[in-house]
Amino acid sequence: MIQVQNLTHRYGSRTALANVGFEVRQGEIFGLLGPNGGGKSTLFRILATMMRPTEGTASLAGFDVVRQAADVRRHVGVVFQTQSLDKALTVGENIRAQGHLHGLSGKVLAERIQYVTGRLGIQDRLNDVVDTLSGGLKRRVEIAKALLHRPQVLLMDEASTGLDPAARRDLTRQVEELRGRDGVTILLTTHILEEADKCDRLVLLHQGSIVTQGSPGELRARIGGDVVVLESPNSRELAARIEQKFPVRATAMDGKVRIEIPDGHRFITEVVEAFPGSIESVGLHKPTLEDVFVHETGASIE
Amino acid sequence: MSNFLLPAATLWQRELIRFWRTKSRVLGVVASPLVFWLLMGYGSGDLARFYAGALVLTVMFSAIFSTISIIEDRREGFLLSMLVSPAPRTSMVLGKILGAATLAWIQGLIFLAFAPLAGVRIDLPELLPVAGAIFLISFTLTGLGFVIAWKMDSSQGFHAIMNLLLVPMWMVSGSLFPMSTAHGWIRAIMWANPLTYSISLLNHTLRLSGGAPGALASLVVTAGFGLVLLVSCGIMAAQTGTSSAA
Repeated sequence: MIQVQNLTHRYGSRTALANVGFEVRQGEIFGLLGPNGGGKSTLFRILATMMRPTEGTASLAGFDVVRQAADVRRHVGVVFQTQSLDKALTVGENIRAQGHLHGLSGKVLAERIQYVTGRLGIQDRLNDVVDTLSGGLKRRVEIAKALLHRPQVLLMDEASTGLDPAARRDLTRQVEELRGRDGVTILLTTHILEEADKCDRLVLLHQGSIVTQGSPGELRARIGGDVVVLESPNSRELAARIEQKFPVRATAMDGKVRIEIPDGHRFITEVVEAFPGSIESVGLHKPTLEDVFVHETGASIE
Repeated sequence: MSNFLLPAATLWQRELIRFWRTKSRVLGVVASPLVFWLLMGYGSGDLARFYAGALVLTVMFSAIFSTISIIEDRREGFLLSMLVSPAPRTSMVLGKILGAATLAWIQGLIFLAFAPLAGVRIDLPELLPVAGAIFLISFTLTGLGFVIAWKMDSSQGFHAIMNLLLVPMWMVSGSLFPMSTAHGWIRAIMWANPLTYSISLLNHTLRLSGGAPGALASLVVTAGFGLVLLVSCGIMAAQTGTSSAA
């Protein structure tokens, strides 16, 4: 449903995307995970037909984003990170205007409005001025608006930005329902791990390149075993000393030392006994997507 | 055809609804030219001489307010979803410009209510050409604002252009002093300034003195300038990739 090949984009001499390629299948929830500035926004803008790539191609629903931009726009719904609603207008006026931009009017438009607002649970908000709505409700209006023209693909850019945890869970549930009931293919960008975990498949973007891709489970399985995190006032020195003493790789980052190891619980006792006084706290967890990211890039996602 | 007219109509309507909901804006747009006009008019003892200029200033302020919103709107606002909709860019441009021009026109008409102070009586048959002239000027100035705003990344940039280009352009348009008394090179600038023809057109239709270029020339230049701007807006907006770096 989405095909991206050798996509490269440069702003002047700065390369924002370098030779990116991936494929999204019909009905998938696909995530672009990475830190801010990693190239997600650039990729998103190219897929949303707002910008031409310097090199490479991308197609959505079978249409090329450069040569067939108008066709792409007819088949793709876009939810922006920033607001794309007119705050002075009511929910109904915003959605109706969106319908007109897509050439919908009259009875067809009325039916579509009824469907999407019912779908997002905002049917009783049509006469509310957007400015008076909470952040979570505004998001729902944005999504309703993006779904109005029955897109086959929904692009969502950091859609949970500024939402409280309850609204964020709501959003995740709605995205899953959209895929389930309406069969919409969803591509979302995020830097929130919890959200990335709910995707079917992911690509990890770092400094404009794809670091790795796969399902969240596959990616975590690649690390295997446990992750041990030690807090220390001098993490660099501790990491070096651990590597000397044990046959492991220890990475120092943000005042912590991370070690990936099959039998974490055994290692903990050994390491604490070996370096008394230089460890302030000890943690053990199963690999998360953050660990995958650190493992692949040596950098933190936050 | 409906795919062209419907988006344009909806954008036009949107401008009117927004305007209606933020009525205090009218006060700001009409009040300052009104104060300028009254101070200069009573101060010099000639309200009629500055009337057309003050009316054009009202229209210009309104056009600037409307088009400056494009800059913010594109980064965070309704314009974003327009840019990823299949509606032709030209229809969006037309809707936005017609909407903003209508608002400028309404505010120009409000200013017209003060015409009796300048000793101008407008009867019904005269109202039509005057209202038409104000609309034409509104359309032209909105087009000018649009051309400036479309390529801008920040509203500060627009303010700079307003102070360095638009306001000086208004000053040497016959709004403050007639062409006949102007110094040589200033007079040359006035001849070349499209706004001179707008002021003159208004003076002609209001039957005030100060219609320096003839009525027909004033009409043709104002309309021609508006058309050139409209086409430029269409061409600019049709180019894909409004790529302010992310």
